[in-house]
Amino acid sequence: MPEIKVTPLGAGQDVGRSCILVSIGGKNIMLDCGMHMGFNDDRRFPDFSYITQNGRLTEFLDCVIISHFHLDHCGALPFMSEMVGYDGPIYMTHPTKAICPILLEDFRKITVDKKGETNFFTSQMIKDCMKKVVPLNLHQTVQVDDELEIKAYYAGHVLGAAMVHIKVGSESVVYTGDYNMTPDRHLGAAWIDKCRPDMLISESTYATTIRDSKRCRERDFLKKVHESIERGGKVLIPVFALGRAQELCILLETFWERMNLKAPIYFSTGLTEKANHYYKLFITWTNQKIRKTFVQRNMFEFKHIKPFDRSYADNPGPMVVFATPGMLHAGQSLQIFKKWAGNEKNMVIMPGYCVQGTIGHKILNGQRKLEMEGRATLDVKLQVEYMSFSAHADAKGIMQLIRMAEPRNMLLVHGEAAKMEFLKGKIEQEFSIDCYMPANGETTTVTTNPSVPVDISLNLLKREMALGGPLPDPKKPRAMHGTLIMKENSLKLVSSEQALKELGLNEHQLRFTCRVQLQDPHSDNDTLHRIYTHLKSVLKGYTIQHLPDGTVMVESIVIKVSSSAEDANTKVLLLSWIYESVYRSLRVWQPPTLDIFLR
Amino acid sequence: MKLYCLSGHPTLPCNVLKFKSTTIMLDCGLDTTSVLNFLPLPLVHSPRLSKLPGWVSKDGTLNLEKKELLDLSTIDVILISNYHCMMALPYITEHTGFTGTVYATEPTLQIGRLLMEELVNFMERVPKAQSATCWKNKEIQRMLPGPLKDAVEVWTWKRCYSMQEVNSALSKVQLVGYSQKVELFGAVQVSPLSSGYSLGSSNWIIQSHYEKVSYVSGSSLLTTHPQPMDQSSLKNSDVLILTGLTQMPTANPDGMLGEFCSNLAMTIRAGGNVLVPCYSSGVIYDLLECLYQFIESANLGTTPFYFISPVANSSLEFSQIFAEWLCHNKQSKVYLPEPPFPHAELIQTNKLKHYPSIHGDFSSEFRQPCVVFTGHPSLRFGDVVHFMELWGKSSLNTIIFTEPDFSYLDALAPYQPLAMKCVYCPIDTRLNFHQVSKLLKEVQPLHVVCPEQYTQPPLTQSHRSDLMLELQPPPMPYRRCSVLNLPFRRCYERVYILPELANSLVPSEIKPGVSLATVSAVLHSKDNKHTLQVSVLPPSKKRKRVMEEPPVVLAPKPLLSGAVPLDAFLATLQKHGITEVKVEETADGHILHLQAEDTLIQLEEDGTHIVCDNNEPLRTTLRDLVLRFLQKL
Repeated sequence: MPEIKVTPLGAGQDVGRSCILVSIGGKNIMLDCGMHMGFNDDRRFPDFSYITQNGRLTEFLDCVIISHFHLDHCGALPFMSEMVGYDGPIYMTHPTKAICPILLEDFRKITVDKKGETNFFTSQMIKDCMKKVVPLNLHQTVQVDDELEIKAYYAGHVLGAAMVHIKVGSESVVYTGDYNMTPDRHLGAAWIDKCRPDMLISESTYATTIRDSKRCRERDFLKKVHESIERGGKVLIPVFALGRAQELCILLETFWERMNLKAPIYFSTGLTEKANHYYKLFITWTNQKIRKTFVQRNMFEFKHIKPFDRSYADNPGPMVVFATPGMLHAGQSLQIFKKWAGNEKNMVIMPGYCVQGTIGHKILNGQRKLEMEGRATLDVKLQVEYMSFSAHADAKGIMQLIRMAEPRNMLLVHGEAAKMEFLKGKIEQEFSIDCYMPANGETTTVTTNPSVPVDISLNLLKREMALGGPLPDPKKPRAMHGTLIMKENSLKLVSSEQALKELGLNEHQLRFTCRVQLQDPHSDNDTLHRIYTHLKSVLKGYTIQHLPDGTVMVESIVIKVSSSAEDANTKVLLLSWIYESVYRSLRVWQPPTLDIFLR
Repeated sequence: MKLYCLSGHPTLPCNVLKFKSTTIMLDCGLDTTSVLNFLPLPLVHSPRLSKLPGWVSKDGTLNLEKKELLDLSTIDVILISNYHCMMALPYITEHTGFTGTVYATEPTLQIGRLLMEELVNFMERVPKAQSATCWKNKEIQRMLPGPLKDAVEVWTWKRCYSMQEVNSALSKVQLVGYSQKVELFGAVQVSPLSSGYSLGSSNWIIQSHYEKVSYVSGSSLLTTHPQPMDQSSLKNSDVLILTGLTQMPTANPDGMLGEFCSNLAMTIRAGGNVLVPCYSSGVIYDLLECLYQFIESANLGTTPFYFISPVANSSLEFSQIFAEWLCHNKQSKVYLPEPPFPHAELIQTNKLKHYPSIHGDFSSEFRQPCVVFTGHPSLRFGDVVHFMELWGKSSLNTIIFTEPDFSYLDALAPYQPLAMKCVYCPIDTRLNFHQVSKLLKEVQPLHVVCPEQYTQPPLTQSHRSDLMLELQPPPMPYRRCSVLNLPFRRCYERVYILPELANSLVPSEIKPGVSLATVSAVLHSKDNKHTLQVSVLPPSKKRKRVMEEPPVVLAPKPLLSGAVPLDAFLATLQKHGITEVKVEETADGHILHLQAEDTLIQLEEDGTHIVCDNNEPLRTTLRDLVLRFLQKL
């Protein structure tokens, strides 16, 4: 039985360093190759030694697919391709290909230049790695090799995020990456057709959450920002440069415009301008509304949002600052946070998920005293707010996707074990399909039951289809007989006659003849005719013919009459039939008819 | 399989393919050359034009390439190859009862929409007082002067569509990406391929599991802005339909581009203006890119460039957002991120300005000498008419034709006498005959179908035998209204054997490497997909209509094959207690006389005949013994 095997190297019952190995139809595919924000040691990257203990990965992998540019999905890519060694194709969408190297370079700078780590990938390695990337367009069917094909679907999560459908023969797997089932201010909703994969591998970040309406969340967010500004506080919003940042910028920009607010909004790092430029050039990946109006008004040209300079942090008066990175684990957002943490008028709004081990995660859990490097402690007095703006599908969204794709099996990754357990139960109950949630390094195997594609001769198919009358009822199943020829790799289903002809075999006719004597004074012809009329009256529903050459045919059974040489009144009946007809009809009529003659 | 050819214009094709119960329309180009029969539509009243003798001032009517060859409402899908080949779409989707789907790429849809919008805008902003149709009557037409008298099928000339019709037509478009496989009713798969001619332009593959038709329309091998042409996917086609070759086989696009630049520079230096009648998308991007590099070196840094069209801004903006559809060079610019086309910089530095029309801002900001890009290339409508009137009288000015769709002499006719210089630099990047024969050698289609124009040299250059297609076997030519039977024999269809049935099959090896298995099963056909499954009686329900019962599978009618070897057969008979056998040799085999049973068995190469009187058990035994030596199919 063919099998599909799935082994997460990362993101198994966990969020971070997504890396999932899939074996399908003899092909090995790596889905995502991310890093873990919560670790600074070896655990930061997936354990590639699982694939092979020594040497390069090229011969063990047919392709690598990156779902989107977030570092927990692509952060380990240069390490894997350049330091471990992989030269095969890496697939990602155009926006991902454009943005991914910038984030990787940023990540490298923080790790190497700031933290002083050695034995890390270099800028050149990022470039070399990106040379192996093959861009992927939405809905394009990419033939990786003769058997393996992949197709990308829109996932909504961030600019360029994609779900992939992987197909070998009639077996298939869908990997969702991160996705969002509700359209937001700048992206559309994820969509997939009813492709009925053997396995759907889905993220489950919000496995237990059913979020309230987005409008309420937005109103809440704006209210909090507004209140804080009103009382002269500073608002820090840690974000990743691309993704939620643009969503919240659009939100604040329209709010500022409507309320005619004057407090400055800043966006940290030089990446901003560039980031917004990507959104302008990849406008086809945003939602319908933005795409429709971009000629008149480009939503990514902000009037109220200005670039941030380090010195602004000490300016008096209210301000809103978007700063990277989003989990307060390093960089500018952390610096600003340290500066502002002591004042209870200030506020930090965490708009997304924070990985365990980061400062973001600690303050969200209510920790008010933080240990910093050099044994210093930091008192957190400012308000801490959490608003889920990360564009992940919630439980409702995940169920919706299952309904869309109709998978035969389900596998959850990219979530916390306890939450997955809950969702797993729900899925199994609602869809009665098996749902798996392997831990890292644990392999899930499902057997598939593919049907066998066969070439059927059109003659045979048409003949069988026509058996239902001149206009066969397409809903009605029909009986069919044929011969399957298995030659090398081809499977052909043809009629038996054609099979004989194609294989150069001759037909062998098996014929039986039997003599029956009876007394009848009439001439041979009259006897034959009497037999004919008699049979006709006895055998209803059979084709009975009296042929001019002096024979009677019942279906394909031939009956002849001759007079015996000794006695003209003794007639000899010759009954002759071939094997096939015996099979079909003689079984029915042989005993009674012979009796008819002997009577 | 049949091909209905509705258009005789080789670059604006419209064909309908009937293939496996689907009806597929390939492109629907709009031949607008008939507008040359009309007078220009001036934006301001022109006493000169209205006083020209012998002409009726009328607005453009368009020649729709179709005929009642088949019922257009039966068309299932329309495949669009590029935005020039979809201009007749509203005529087909709106007034024929069409209920199908149109497939096109996103740039094709967006730019096609712009071009239609522009056309409608050109027509609607100069509403005509009255429209005449009586002249279309044959009797009257006969008495008309000039070329009108000879125009054929004028009753098929139609009025231009409205924006409402355009929107409705385009709402039927479903977007596809290159190499996307689209299933049509489970019977046929279609898939667009990059054709390298314009943004989002595509060739189409129409295939089933066993047959493949390639539709090549408007392709280019030159390196301009679009993604390069995908040639390898065209391989192994049974039929290749070839349309949209270059209309200017003797003009080299690169040379024309050079001539364009030098003429432009010469005129500007002499203090004249340059008028470039062009479409608002396509070659203009390349012209602007070429000028971007040329401006500095030719010292034209201060000359204003104007692009005037109701869709000028949209066209320039849209060109920047289709990174996926651009050539590799332009794609890597987007990764930086920079706009892929340099006209962004021309606009930023105010060298290129765009206006929706000559009214409004343009009239106040307009400086001479300048270069104006504007439509329509036929010189019959659009803002270009105004500039012809304005600049035609001065020999300092130059008009440079770059679009190959219209004869420039005909286009200029109503403006004669003209003092303005005329330069003809048609730029047509589509495949030329040399490129196409090389391509066909590469992809090796079994049959080629093409417009009849391609099978003979052009009328004006009848000695140029290199300007035609020479193929072995010769291409099948078509003309307007032909119906071609494509040389196809479908032999196989795909059927899926469900795993349960597959497991129950018992293959036997007939020859080394060849195995046979007899299949008796139930065939289900749904959505043109066929599956075979084990015939099982369904759990009986009490009330069931006869119709719903699956047919009881009759025992298969077996075919026998092989021969019965004499010695082995005799040995077997012996084992079964039949010992008294007299063997007699005949011409074709042997006759065995079973003396005790008074039975004859005739053994021959291709048959066995058992003559046995009323002894059913014996007959059954003999039958089974014989069958042991034969293969049952």
